[in-house]
Amino acid sequence: MREYELVIIGGGPAGLAAAVAAHEAGLRDILILERDNELGGILNQCIHNGFGLHTFKEELTGPEYAGRFIEQVKKLDIPYKLNTMVLDLAADKTVTAMNREDGLFQLHPKAVILAMGCRERPRGALSIPGCRPAGIYTAGTAQRLVNMEGYMPGRKVVILGSGDIGLIMARRMTLEGAQVQVVAELMPYSGGLKRNIVQCLDDYGIPLKLSHTVVDIEGKKRVEAVTIAQVDGKNRPIPGTEERYECDTLLLSCGLIPENELSRSAGVELNPVTNGPTVNESLETSIPGVFAAGNVLHVHDLVDYVSEEAGAAGRQAAGYIASGCQAGEHKALPIQCANGVRYTVPVAIRPEAAGDTVTLRFRVGNVYQNKKVAVYAGDACIFSRKRPVLAPGEMETVILKTSLLTDHPEADGITVTLEEA
Amino acid sequence: MVDIAIIGAGVSGCAIAREVSRYRADVLVLEREEDVCCGTSKANSAIVHAGYDAANGSLMARLNVEGSRMMPALSKQLDFPYENNGSLVVMVSEDDRPALNKLYENGVANGVEGLRIVERDELVKMEPNISDQAVAALYAPTGAIVCPFGLTFALAENAARNGVKFQFDTEVTGIEKMDGGWRLTTSQGDVEARVVVNAAGVYADRLHNMVSDDAMTITPRRGDYFLLDHAAQGHVHNTIFQLPGKFGKGVLVAPTVHGNIIVGPTAIDIEDKEGVATTQAGLDEVRAKCGLAVKDVPLRQTITSFAGLRAHEARHEFFIGEVQPGFVDCAGIESPGLSSAPAIGVMVSGIVRDILKLEENPDFEAKRKGILDPKGLDAEAHAALIRENPAYGAVICRCETVTEGEIIDAIRRVPGARSVDGVKRRVRAGMGRCQGGFCSPRVMEILARELGVDQSAITKAGAGSELIVGVNKDAI
Amino acid sequence: MEEKNLICINCPLGCPLTVTLEGGGVKAVTGNTCPRGEAYARKELTNPTRIVTSTVKVKGGMLAMASVKTAGDIPKGKIFDCVKAIQDIELPAPVTIGQVVLPDVCGTGVDIVATKNVPARG
Repeated sequence: MREYELVIIGGGPAGLAAAVAAHEAGLRDILILERDNELGGILNQCIHNGFGLHTFKEELTGPEYAGRFIEQVKKLDIPYKLNTMVLDLAADKTVTAMNREDGLFQLHPKAVILAMGCRERPRGALSIPGCRPAGIYTAGTAQRLVNMEGYMPGRKVVILGSGDIGLIMARRMTLEGAQVQVVAELMPYSGGLKRNIVQCLDDYGIPLKLSHTVVDIEGKKRVEAVTIAQVDGKNRPIPGTEERYECDTLLLSCGLIPENELSRSAGVELNPVTNGPTVNESLETSIPGVFAAGNVLHVHDLVDYVSEEAGAAGRQAAGYIASGCQAGEHKALPIQCANGVRYTVPVAIRPEAAGDTVTLRFRVGNVYQNKKVAVYAGDACIFSRKRPVLAPGEMETVILKTSLLTDHPEADGITVTLEEA
Repeated sequence: MVDIAIIGAGVSGCAIAREVSRYRADVLVLEREEDVCCGTSKANSAIVHAGYDAANGSLMARLNVEGSRMMPALSKQLDFPYENNGSLVVMVSEDDRPALNKLYENGVANGVEGLRIVERDELVKMEPNISDQAVAALYAPTGAIVCPFGLTFALAENAARNGVKFQFDTEVTGIEKMDGGWRLTTSQGDVEARVVVNAAGVYADRLHNMVSDDAMTITPRRGDYFLLDHAAQGHVHNTIFQLPGKFGKGVLVAPTVHGNIIVGPTAIDIEDKEGVATTQAGLDEVRAKCGLAVKDVPLRQTITSFAGLRAHEARHEFFIGEVQPGFVDCAGIESPGLSSAPAIGVMVSGIVRDILKLEENPDFEAKRKGILDPKGLDAEAHAALIRENPAYGAVICRCETVTEGEIIDAIRRVPGARSVDGVKRRVRAGMGRCQGGFCSPRVMEILARELGVDQSAITKAGAGSELIVGVNKDAI
Repeated sequence: MEEKNLICINCPLGCPLTVTLEGGGVKAVTGNTCPRGEAYARKELTNPTRIVTSTVKVKGGMLAMASVKTAGDIPKGKIFDCVKAIQDIELPAPVTIGQVVLPDVCGTGVDIVATKNVPARG
């Protein structure tokens, strides 16, 4: 097995964008490892549109968006292996992978980009009581069956979770002939895009029940009914508010979790808030030469930002290899989150290693109105922007001019906070 | 007419089938579900109890200790996962000391080896996560854990290898005496047998009462459990029980042979013999109690919860014996049923052998090789395996690293997997943290291909649990 | 005079729009961040349209299904007719992004096009 300088784990939108960017930055020795039988990752099953407005100024479906990057990868002759599962990543960047043709093999790249995406939270992890029949699917698994295989997982559906995947599947199942009876959402607000409430629920008369959760599932062999109930301020079901729906399917859209098993086995430091690696301004993890981008780093709402982030990671990985794999000894400014900011990517910025700007992304922990996003270098406010609405379901981006940081050499930390407008 | 009909393909029925296959006889196992190991045997604590708990002098105590002694050698002979991790019954109040001593004495009287009381100092060294209230514990070095599916499949496959036939989706609805034996009315037609073994778990009372006026009542006793992610591995090493006492009866916290942590069970008596649904109250009860003996149980790492039913008879004893000429009960097999299974198999097969005066089967093959897990091979052997059979190079279940080669093996076994759950229990595909979210469509595809059916016919757990209801737009 | 509130669905921003209606027509639209929002509001209240995305079967391809979409928006009321119209289509592989799968679906003047490349099998 020949060696490669850069191995990219995952051939979805993040992996593809990272590969193209690394190539454009001059690196040639790249290998993408993808576990599925085609490139494109999760976009292959996201047949709805809404992708690419930022990147291509067009509204594309998932497969079309992926197709643009796949075309580039092929045009640039970037090597990739399909049906290949990476089993282990070691701290020294040794990649252990397996497929039918090559068997079990190891690679020893100079740099690695983690682009493994995320997985869905299953029923088991939600501890929903009741029976364990057939007919309970996470929304993504149902999406795969419907969109890739052409199989219907059910006919009478209840959905728990109003994140985008749940909303999209409400429409998808309806358009394939199923009856979606209700979408229940634990929080008092929906986690998905407002446009999806309109075009996935309102358009089809599907009710959305906020502050509700599933409290029971009936059916020994196949789902027969699902009971939902209203929840109180502590998310506990309120007795007496139960509503029983006869159905044969329960779809769960209750959270995405970055898939970091490989990161863990390598010993990469993870952020307990995101469950993704902590990275610096160069998207480099705690292991020099190991970079991360896309949903494995933090779950995104827009694939355009994934491509942007992954492009940066690709360029950084190429630069790291070109400069002889030097682990930088630059001063790092740790970033603190305050007043409703849940997490930031990156968690630290090294102004000397950064380019002209640093892209800072973050999420808030609640719905806020009429706030100001403010960034402080030490005690000095270096950035401020009014935001009429901030919501957990919408990732925020701040582009910071690096000079604003170098202007404040006395600062030993950065704070990202929300203030009254 | 067959010589022996065994009703029930749980761990008891399969253990009996395996032992009785040492003799020359026509043996048929009748199972109402679609596969082996679908009842209590698939939903329990997976513990091989040392045997200190059962009442001294009871059949339960005798068979528990015997089964516990037989298990290590059997696990090598039949190739199923077993680990002698030890167990601790933790006392959380000095007021309960007499009860702890009584348990120790009972264990010694039952013939359990190596039992001793450990005080807090030693206890904390053994288990750093033992609760702050833990005062002392009964330590049983012979306590162990096992894979309950692995054990049951191993027994079933070895029985089948030695001539036993299995018939699934067959519910026995009536039993009546006939010339030379018994006529069983089943959902798949009549079966005639010279001898019948009733190993029907929670339904054993129904079958018993069809032939005997000495009525038996089996109460399903539900146990709710949490199963924790591999990341929780190492939180405890021994199986930790809590001594019932001043603060009530606790739940156990134990490792599993597959590197998970299991927490539970409740003990809730119900009427429904199919009542395996967990309840909010049951799960909350486990949550509330698990911290008594072990601190900081990482319930946030829960990957699934489930419930199983124990076949509880009021006298809390095993009922094994010929209750009518040629009708042998193997009833009331609640905990320590799993632990006792090897000994139950020997006992019942002995009874049946004596009734029918069976001769030894000279072709009996005692050894069985389990489904190959490539993770146990060294690099060279692993590489050679994939070269010879590329299906072992295709990972299907990411979370548990299960390859297509293993799944195909699971399907081709006799008795083999014919459903997604059947695959799951044999090779663990779907038992990881994503709970089948990634692998189930792929497992369905492989099952359909191997069984030569359309994917719409693939079930989670037998007829009625189809995973696909149709094709796109077929209802528009 | 009447006021209606709607969410623009043109892009993921989802601007909340306020439309002032008078005499059966749209008098004013506010809340939009771009001109498409105003156009959307007018359309939504008079002749609502949608883009429809779906899948069709593929014959002899590396994949069983190909995703498709209406090349432009079609009247909202024709969504199910449109879905029915592609129900029995089986596209022979290879399928390329942009290829017309069904021209002028349900007389809307809009084509159904493929949004997925599916190479032929073998």
